[in-house]
Amino acid sequence: MESKRRVTPGSGRRKAVPHLKGRQVVPKALAEIGELLGAGPLRRDLLLEYLHLIHDKYHCLRAAHLAALAEAMRLSQTEVYEVASFYAHFDIVMEGETPPPPLTVRVCDGLPCEMMGAQDLHETLRGRANGAFRVVRAPCMGRCHRAPVAEVGHYHVDHATADLVEGAVDDEKTEPDVPPYIDFEAYVADGGYELLRECLDGKRTRDELISIMETADLRGLGGAGFPVGLKWKFVRKEPKPRLMTLNADEGEPGTIKDGYYMETDPHRVLEGMLVAAWVVEATDAYIYLRDEYPGIREILLTETPKIEQAGLTATIKVHLRRGAGAYICGEESAMIESIEGKRGLPRHRPPYVSTVGLFGRPTLNQNVETVYWVREIVERGAEWFAGQGRNGRKGLRSYSVTGRVKDPGVKVAPAGTTMNELLEDYCGGMAEGHAFKGYLPGGASGGILPASMADIPLDFGTLEEYGCFIGSAAIIVISDKDDIRNVVLNLLRFFEDESCGQCTPCRVGTEKAVKLLERPAWDEPLLEELCAAMADASICGLGQAAPNPILSAFKYFRGELA
Amino acid sequence: MSPEATARAEIVPFTLDGNEVEAKPGETIWQVAKREGTYLPHLCYADQPGYRDDGNCRACMVEIEGERVLAASCIRRPTAGMKVTTESERAKASRKMVMELLLADQPARESAHDPRSHFWNMADYVGVTTSRLPRREAPAPDTSHTAMAVNLDACIHCTLCVRACREVQVNDVIGMAWRGAGSKIVFDFDDPMGESTCVACGECVQACPTGALMPATMVDDEGVGSIEIDRTVDSLCPYCGVGCQLTFNIQNDRLVSVTGRDGPANRNRLCVKGRFGFDYIHHPERLTKPLIRKEGVPKDPQERLDPANPYTHFREATWEEALDFAGGGLRRIRDRHGPQALAGFGSAKGSNEEAYLFQKLVRVGFGTNNVDHCTRLCHASSVAAMMETIGTGAVTAPFTECENSDVILLIGARPAQNHPVAATFLKNATKRGATLIVLDPRGQAMSRHATYELRFKTGTDVALLNAMINTIIDEGLANEDYIRKFTENYEALKDEIKDFTPEAMAPICGIEPERIRTVARTYAKAKAAMIFWGMGISQHVHGTDNARCLISLALLCGHIGRPGTGLHPLRGQNNVQGASDVGLIPMVYTDYQPVDDPEVRASFEDFWGAELDPNRGLTVVEILNAMYAGEIKGMYVMGENPAMSDPDAAHARAAFAKLEHLVVQDIFLTETAYLADVVLPASAFPEKTGTFTNTNRQVQIGRQALEPPGDARQDLWLIQEIARRMGLEWSYGHPRDVFAELRLCTHSITGITWRRLEREDAVTYPVEVESLPGEEILFADGFPTKSGRGRFVPVGLVPPDEEPDDEYPMILSTGRLLEHWHTGSMTRRSTVLDAIEPTAVAHLAPADIERYGLASGGRVTVTTRRGSVELTVRQDRQVPPGVIFLPFCYSEAPANMLTNPALDPVAKIPELKYCAARIEPPASARAAAH
Repeated sequence: MESKRRVTPGSGRRKAVPHLKGRQVVPKALAEIGELLGAGPLRRDLLLEYLHLIHDKYHCLRAAHLAALAEAMRLSQTEVYEVASFYAHFDIVMEGETPPPPLTVRVCDGLPCEMMGAQDLHETLRGRANGAFRVVRAPCMGRCHRAPVAEVGHYHVDHATADLVEGAVDDEKTEPDVPPYIDFEAYVADGGYELLRECLDGKRTRDELISIMETADLRGLGGAGFPVGLKWKFVRKEPKPRLMTLNADEGEPGTIKDGYYMETDPHRVLEGMLVAAWVVEATDAYIYLRDEYPGIREILLTETPKIEQAGLTATIKVHLRRGAGAYICGEESAMIESIEGKRGLPRHRPPYVSTVGLFGRPTLNQNVETVYWVREIVERGAEWFAGQGRNGRKGLRSYSVTGRVKDPGVKVAPAGTTMNELLEDYCGGMAEGHAFKGYLPGGASGGILPASMADIPLDFGTLEEYGCFIGSAAIIVISDKDDIRNVVLNLLRFFEDESCGQCTPCRVGTEKAVKLLERPAWDEPLLEELCAAMADASICGLGQAAPNPILSAFKYFRGELA
Repeated sequence: MSPEATARAEIVPFTLDGNEVEAKPGETIWQVAKREGTYLPHLCYADQPGYRDDGNCRACMVEIEGERVLAASCIRRPTAGMKVTTESERAKASRKMVMELLLADQPARESAHDPRSHFWNMADYVGVTTSRLPRREAPAPDTSHTAMAVNLDACIHCTLCVRACREVQVNDVIGMAWRGAGSKIVFDFDDPMGESTCVACGECVQACPTGALMPATMVDDEGVGSIEIDRTVDSLCPYCGVGCQLTFNIQNDRLVSVTGRDGPANRNRLCVKGRFGFDYIHHPERLTKPLIRKEGVPKDPQERLDPANPYTHFREATWEEALDFAGGGLRRIRDRHGPQALAGFGSAKGSNEEAYLFQKLVRVGFGTNNVDHCTRLCHASSVAAMMETIGTGAVTAPFTECENSDVILLIGARPAQNHPVAATFLKNATKRGATLIVLDPRGQAMSRHATYELRFKTGTDVALLNAMINTIIDEGLANEDYIRKFTENYEALKDEIKDFTPEAMAPICGIEPERIRTVARTYAKAKAAMIFWGMGISQHVHGTDNARCLISLALLCGHIGRPGTGLHPLRGQNNVQGASDVGLIPMVYTDYQPVDDPEVRASFEDFWGAELDPNRGLTVVEILNAMYAGEIKGMYVMGENPAMSDPDAAHARAAFAKLEHLVVQDIFLTETAYLADVVLPASAFPEKTGTFTNTNRQVQIGRQALEPPGDARQDLWLIQEIARRMGLEWSYGHPRDVFAELRLCTHSITGITWRRLEREDAVTYPVEVESLPGEEILFADGFPTKSGRGRFVPVGLVPPDEEPDDEYPMILSTGRLLEHWHTGSMTRRSTVLDAIEPTAVAHLAPADIERYGLASGGRVTVTTRRGSVELTVRQDRQVPPGVIFLPFCYSEAPANMLTNPALDPVAKIPELKYCAARIEPPASARAAAH
């Protein structure tokens, strides 16, 4: 060994590195970061926000800027890199690499968009891409009722064709389209924020609000369906200071309702959030908005200062945080990690976020639609809301119906409405030339049911016995034109892309499942074993629910698999 | 509630596989199951200290009644009444599928990077050894690092390496980047490991359960694990004063790798030197034959010999001839010129037994107290100040005690380079929430973890510290109660500190008054604060004053004697504490008993049966001066390399050249040995057994793993052979016999017996009784001084001995690099360490590189009034402009050719941290430019 690796002191067989170990911070990059982020100490929890600022300005994250940011934040380089690389919307450009074109066109490959031809659109656009723009696939953009959808910069092209997209590129339409909405003045004119004022002025009690929510049987409408009144009670029992998070990271494929409410009636959402925060006496409320909703971000940036100026946030500070392209951050604990400026890895439970949540504090986390209903329930009465159900269920639900129906969109209907009722009474029946084959009752995660089972009341707890669940009530209707194998593969590829990678059953399981599903013949016993382990042993709902489409296919669409 | 009742209340009764069991507070289901005899498979969970459970691999799933999904037993804490089943079909099926999923992507077992990995053991245990699942595309190997092989095809994403790097060692290099199936272990920005900020502590290698990260020595060129370890020996790290316990892994009588052990000072952790710097002992330049200087070959202090070929100047001799020549020469000088014409330098790298016997030889055999060692160059001033004020020469609490501190003050030390494993505990404490204050002119790896970092002007420590003391007294933050009970001379301090206001000191030390105040308040108001310091404090002409200030700070606030408090000078060499404790210094015998105290001397004369020198001996630099002056004519140097380590090395080498008779005992032909009359080939650390005392006052046992090569001999045997030739008939057959004698004259270790050390591996002193643990935190109620009180010693400002001027406008500061130990004799002969830091470098601020027309990676000449060296420029933003930092380990460019031998008047420590210097492009480069 000596002969090969002999060392004599000072023999200098290798040169000393002319600097300290590793990548050195470039003074110019440090100056640029300083200029962009301003003087004063930088905050660890704002790492994603800083990355966005850099990306917005330079259209990518250069290694030199990341190293400078790490030094400025007194973080190690790897801490910055692992966060930046976790999120799909950040492009890291290493030394010597060519940065991507400044303009990115994202083509949604969510199931409804794929059913409407997104793959062809993607192919065509890739053929037309040039130095001015690039084309990438992206997960659900929350506009499935206008599928297929593409995003040029931050401008969404609905019912997209290659020509429409290219037109937007040529016209440099890259800023988000902000549709008309009920602004602060209009909202207040209609009695808005009276409830919040009553709360703040002591005309309402917290117990009263909790009791109203309990009587109304309002459930968490992000997917879990946890009773709201009970959650408020739990959080109130925890020591102060307490925090609130508003989950506006709607990412379940097929779900469009939260975006719909935020871009039409944003203050109803904000008031609901502030009332909930008042009930649990939260000192801060964090709105975690997915980066796929840039128009809504504009709205919130415009409207939130107005409520502050109106003195409605005297006891609370409202923070708007921006996601960066990660479905998993819709999972509440992953969202909390992301708000803290980290990778979006779901946490183990227990402890639950109501006990140990954001920054380790007890946290009330609510979904957008959940708080959207708060004002109306108080105004119209708990009994009114509770009395809305159908087929033995209580309340109203905002079903996002997409896919092969004549009139897709957000359908506010009684809880417990069946698929058949939704189809006929709300959606005008199937789209022209399509025969009803089946439906996904709960987005990508909630399994698949055949048309023969379209008379089950759709609500929390009604579908579990069939291996499905309602989740965020994203109902995707499939027809005789849709191959069930393609549907399942699309969904599993989505889970593979969006798995955080933390646990084996999900990280490796989704990857292996896709490989197995890509084979001409599906190995049912092996897939069943794999699905069982994923469902039983994954840390969070993503991995636990990812097998549902496979199991549904075996259960209800066996005839199509051969 | 009584403590017992509280403990009972936290006991959680639950059911495990139908049996009623109890979980202790904090215990997981996995841990209870293991205790109860059910061993659940695990991959991401390391059953090791310092490793948090993460619950990500899902190999240990169990079923809990009433829960929808299974639970990871490694991370789940049971609740009262919980019903847990480990053996349900559902749980077993999940555990098997998890293994099968991971196995699908593993390299074949026959070509595994580590065929005996934990992963394969677990696969066998679960009974899954093949996979039906399709394989992913394997990542390419990363062979960029000289010490470690990275083969991520075996990675199972368990994040143990991430936790090793980020949470245990806190070096913060490894991350898990990207996501999902694309998740990847990365170094910095997914850089090759060898080009990253990796400091090669190797914790990740030790933590990796699959062989994805391996010591490079353990795999062949194809990355296949090819080494069969045939035996292991539990021992210690030979390098710094942290005293890490480790295991030597041996194949065919060669060290092939090193593993960290769970010692009190390291909890399985090691640094790059301890883990990868072991193969110096197999270097072909090891001395294996006794050498005698050839007749008529002059001693030229400027000559560099080739350590691989000593035969230009020496000839081989038999042991009998060499020992007769060595001992006879010393005896002749003693008999002709008297005992004071002799001196000995022992070594802080040797064992307690070697140090004890060496000083006994000098005192009894030579008849002089002229015995010293390199402690003189490192913490002599700290020890002097501590002896004077609080009556001790050692730390008041172990560095691990920072676990309980809420404020940690670090000054004049770079532990991440020089005490890397100790640094990990400091970083752990800051992660837990402790406030770290770093006071140092240079930036460092600890800076990022500091709440306050004050980069004051080099050499102005007293100004800064006095301003802090002033603030604490002025703002009424002093702990009056503590001061009243346990200190003396407070009024004098109060009186003399008046003028040292932050405003007055700010222009001197370069720190704004308000920053000084903030830091002073933070220290004073802490519930428990601990001070750590290193050679930035001690190696000054005002080194003793610096240490006095730190002691005053602690006394002033009562931050001594309680958990989380204390004074901790980070000791440098692996046994510098022990060597000093056993009397390898000129003014004291064992346990710091003064040689000039007639009563003490009488007792040692009685104990050793010999008449002893009544006067204090000379210290290191004084001995060199006496050699130069011709007063000392004969020297015995065991394992020290003063020709490299002592200030003004040209003068030191000239002094050695003047000796009539120089005996050097070492493992390599050191720069000191160049000038020897006789060279005795000795044993390296892994070749001997002995006890070693670390910076925490923990006496630990090092066990022999290998035989010395060739004719090299045990140092203990050599000392006795020299003694025999000085007329002493000693017969210590084994180190334990020396230790037994040492224990009789060293009260502080009465409770430590050899047998106890063999059993416990480490015992803290002081300890009086064999059955009791030693005292870790000292001085809860006073000090071992005459008055029983700690003494405030106010100090004024003393300027550095040699300040910059027009001719020498810069400040030269010397020290160490992470990879190189002391004078480099060991580390520069270690494959890995030399490959990482292969050439002599001068660290300079970018501004100075530009100002003086230099280029990073280019050459520079550094000159002082004493000499000049040429070396490579390294750009270092941590170095303040106007300062040159030079590591002193490079024999081709010895920093000590430049340093100033001016001494601290009390401790006689030279000012190695400060002298005036200038830099310029080398003459050759200047000539080329014309």
